[in-house]
Amino acid sequence: MSFPLLTATALVPAVGAIVTAAVPAARRAVAKTLALVFSLITLALAAIVFVRFEPGGDRYQLTESHAWIADFGVRYELGVDGIGVALIALTALLIPFVILAGWNDAEPQETGSSRWRPTQGFFALILMVEAMVILSFEATDVFLFYILFEAMLIPMYFLIGGFGDRAHSGSDQNAAAQRSYAAVKFLLYNLVGGLIMLAAVIGLYVVAGSFSLTEIAEARASGELEMATNTERLLFLGFFFAFAIKAPLWPLHTWLPNAMGEATAPVAVLITAVVDKVGTFAMLRFCLQLFPEASQWATPVILVLALISIVYGALLAVGQRDIKRLIAYASISHFGFIVLGIFAMTSQGQSGATLYMVNHGISTAALMLVAGFLISRRGSRLIADYGGVQKVAPVLAGTFLIGGLATLSLPGLAPFVSEFLVLVGTFARYPVAGIIATSGIVLAALYTLVLYQRTMTGPVKPEVKSMPDLKARELAVVAPLIALLIFLGVFPKPLTEIINPAVEHTMSDVQKKDPRPEVEAAQ
Amino acid sequence: MENLIALLVAAPLLGAAVLLCGGRRLDRSGHWLGTVLAAASFVIGVVLFLDMLGRSADDRALHQHLFSWIPVEGFQADIAFQLDQLSMTFVLLITGVGTLIHVYSIAYMEHDERRRRFFGYLNLFLAAMLLLVIADNYLLLYFGWEGVGLASYLLIGFWQHKPSAATAAKKAFLVNRVGDIGLSIAIMLMFTTFGTFAFGPVLSSVGETGEGTLTAIGLMLLLAACGKSAQVPLQSWLGDAMEGPTPVSALIHAATMVTAGVYLIVRSGAIFNAAPNAQLAVVVVGAVTLLFGAIVGCAKDDIKKALAGSTMSQIGYMILAAGLGPIGYVFAIMHLVTHGFFKAGLFLGAGSVMHGMNDEVDMRKYGGLRTYMPVTFVTFGLGYLAIIGFPGLSGFFSKDKIIESAFAKGGAEGWILGGVALLGAAITAFYMTRVMLMTFFGEKRWQPDAEGQPPHPHESPKSMTIPMVILAFGSVFAGGFFSIGDRFLNWLEPVTGYDHGHAPISAATVTGATVVVLLIGVFLAWAMYGRRPVPVTAPRGSLLTRAARRDLLQDDFNHVVLVRGGEHLTRSLVYVDHTLVDGVVNGTAASVGGLSGRLRKLQNGYARSYAVSMFGGTAVLIAVTLLMRAV
Repeated sequence: MSFPLLTATALVPAVGAIVTAAVPAARRAVAKTLALVFSLITLALAAIVFVRFEPGGDRYQLTESHAWIADFGVRYELGVDGIGVALIALTALLIPFVILAGWNDAEPQETGSSRWRPTQGFFALILMVEAMVILSFEATDVFLFYILFEAMLIPMYFLIGGFGDRAHSGSDQNAAAQRSYAAVKFLLYNLVGGLIMLAAVIGLYVVAGSFSLTEIAEARASGELEMATNTERLLFLGFFFAFAIKAPLWPLHTWLPNAMGEATAPVAVLITAVVDKVGTFAMLRFCLQLFPEASQWATPVILVLALISIVYGALLAVGQRDIKRLIAYASISHFGFIVLGIFAMTSQGQSGATLYMVNHGISTAALMLVAGFLISRRGSRLIADYGGVQKVAPVLAGTFLIGGLATLSLPGLAPFVSEFLVLVGTFARYPVAGIIATSGIVLAALYTLVLYQRTMTGPVKPEVKSMPDLKARELAVVAPLIALLIFLGVFPKPLTEIINPAVEHTMSDVQKKDPRPEVEAAQ
Repeated sequence: MENLIALLVAAPLLGAAVLLCGGRRLDRSGHWLGTVLAAASFVIGVVLFLDMLGRSADDRALHQHLFSWIPVEGFQADIAFQLDQLSMTFVLLITGVGTLIHVYSIAYMEHDERRRRFFGYLNLFLAAMLLLVIADNYLLLYFGWEGVGLASYLLIGFWQHKPSAATAAKKAFLVNRVGDIGLSIAIMLMFTTFGTFAFGPVLSSVGETGEGTLTAIGLMLLLAACGKSAQVPLQSWLGDAMEGPTPVSALIHAATMVTAGVYLIVRSGAIFNAAPNAQLAVVVVGAVTLLFGAIVGCAKDDIKKALAGSTMSQIGYMILAAGLGPIGYVFAIMHLVTHGFFKAGLFLGAGSVMHGMNDEVDMRKYGGLRTYMPVTFVTFGLGYLAIIGFPGLSGFFSKDKIIESAFAKGGAEGWILGGVALLGAAITAFYMTRVMLMTFFGEKRWQPDAEGQPPHPHESPKSMTIPMVILAFGSVFAGGFFSIGDRFLNWLEPVTGYDHGHAPISAATVTGATVVVLLIGVFLAWAMYGRRPVPVTAPRGSLLTRAARRDLLQDDFNHVVLVRGGEHLTRSLVYVDHTLVDGVVNGTAASVGGLSGRLRKLQNGYARSYAVSMFGGTAVLIAVTLLMRAV
């Protein structure tokens, strides 16, 4: 038996979570360092997964399969395709930065209480989320995936509700109430999605008699397993609803601005850049593969919802007065692009959507973490409380601008590549949808540049006059992310190479071929 | 030799990277590094140019393929370059004028504590602009296109502490983004039509598709060109862009970046040639902007804004020429190059005047400066004579050719376009004479600045005047040099093609008419601003004057419809999202599952109840599957 690499990649952060949580109260610094070390080991393992994965090889690689609950056919079955590898790499890459950025976010507020260990808890929870997210990208057993999909809500709930943003306009009590509301809203929305998915998982088992994704997909492709049209559609809807809440898609999005606004910036990154990706990932992996017919049946409605998300999210971002809520609404717009790319059912659209998941993760992390550094300096999330920061903290302002330019998909930075692929892939099949989505590029420029103008330019406000520029730790968080945005903007080939074959498989699952160009141009 | 092409971009890109990441250590030497790298790019350009001259006219294009940029199934985008005569012309203009403006900026920005960053941005601009003109496909062109937009944004807003500068920068970027929609859609249309967006395959397969598609592509490219080249209806950003430091206005907002739209149309000539309706749209845009910019230029008292109106108008000439098809392509580019010389020279002259006048920009507070800054006066004066088309100078040759081509379009269209072009020439002579008279002649109307310091006008240092002298040299001789023996025509024809058209009147008649309208324009300006003293505060003016001062009310329209309307829309959407969407979704959930009761209970804060509900789902799942097994 070969080394269980996939299990190890998820197990290391899980063990790290337990070890970190066990560190005694007084040794907070040790806990932080341990968490960072474990996240770096995970990154190293993810890098090995990335290198070991052969783009031209089998669809699922590095597979592991063990009987788990043999009585009712649940197996511990893992395997990754290129899409999974890319998202595991993203997750493993972002967590060390999340930990480093949140280094001082969870210091105990009052000394003397020896039982409460917020620092240990904070970092243990982050590692716990990482472990579950990575495993959910690897699971090829529907039951296993469902458990993880639900279980990751628990650490997320405590991260949002227990460690809020200290920069709050209201009183402490008021802040705690809003935080708790945001956490409960997050939980309830996702639980409802989970319950409906649960019904669909049971239904799938009733119909297929198995939880194994590969088995069911094979049986479906070979014609052994036929589903009545209505059954397939209902099951599809059950899965899709849960994923659309997590993604989130309009009109199921309202939990996200609350959660991202109230959480600390690193946790907000965890929500939007990592956990939400499980939703869009699952659309590609489970909805399209298990229910190809129903996916096509639902496509028109989903495309409309995606377009609404793009435009509506961007317009709402323009209207925000809170920096973090603005970024949250921008993310809603971006998730619209991802869903659009998936359901355009073209190679360019789906490759672009997968790439979008990775690039959005990096660019939002860069923007949100710098925003977090900014907010921690001034103690306010309101855009109107800033002005002229560029003059006193030019490096902070410069990195914020680059994060913003990535968010508006400037060519040369990674998000442009994925956004253009999504647009061109959509346009090839649905020209009108492609054109509407293209209008999003103006709105993205509007909310980003207005945010930059109001916070960074103009006369220096007295309250920001003594604001220090980025510290070494903060620069160590931002600089690599920016370098990565530039690198993947100019040379995305390492990612597209592994994504392309996976997308080809998905395209053949749904039995779709790319539209041919009208003219075969002379090469 | 083709391996040198990438170095054209690499040299200034290196400069930008070093200067922007280098930190304060480079504050004392950074401007030299930036200038040297700009000059290096120019030298590489000259080497490539000499090599190109050594080959036969049909064998001059060079190609360099670096690597595959976005390899996705069915989609091929490369980082690859193409250097032909058209690209070469731009490379020399960009790096040549660019280097001169780097030199000028060393002294102009001497007292700015962020001079290093300024040079970093200038280098970034050069790299992006060069990428734009040597790209061998539309997507890479788009990369450069947005790159120059970014550099322009950074440089317009260089003095960010001024709210007006920050606003102008944002406006420029946003208006350009509207144009970018056009470029995006054009590329998508090419992809769905031809399966590629590389210049070679697309432009050579134009004949295989229908006119409808080509018209759509052409109109989308025109939209892009309107944004970048400040053509009606996307012209509103250029006047505000004058908030940037004057060397920026000279390089980016006069000589190079704003001409990218002309490049785009001429480069895509094969598409426009096969889409007459798109061509018609191009000439209409060009003709309208030509007059629009000229009228605005007549009313502005801010010297830079008057010149900005003029830039808009002159690019209108180029767009008009480009819309004429093979009749005009060559002359669009020829005017673009001569305009690059004289307009850059005029802006640098304006900067020199401001330098000596406490940064005053209001021409009503100038007057009589010719004796105080003689070099500036002479070089600005030569630029002035060139732009109005004084016989023998650069603008005379290039503009005259465009007016001739407009008539040569034939039919009623030819007469209308030719008439508009002539009228534009008269207005150009008027507003430029006005600028000249108000600045260098008449009595001194100098005013003390905000701190009460009276201005002490003086000639600028050598590093500023030498670039001005070199540009003046080009303003005088370039047109003649290009025209003797049809040099420029022969150079570009293999790329753009050429057609005589059907001239209804002889070239000599057109030239004669051009000179006559020029004299009328000059005379009118002299009668209004030379013979009579110029009041220090602007008179109320006629309705047209007042409208022209406000950019013919387009900004007011934008403000009321787009800005105010947009604010109302987003504000009401925020309300809708908060109450309606959130409320309906929560309400539905509540009515379905009695969630509101649970929500209240959960908010009491018992962690146990969350855990129970969480694992409840899993328990149900296990129970059901076990049950399934049992039966």
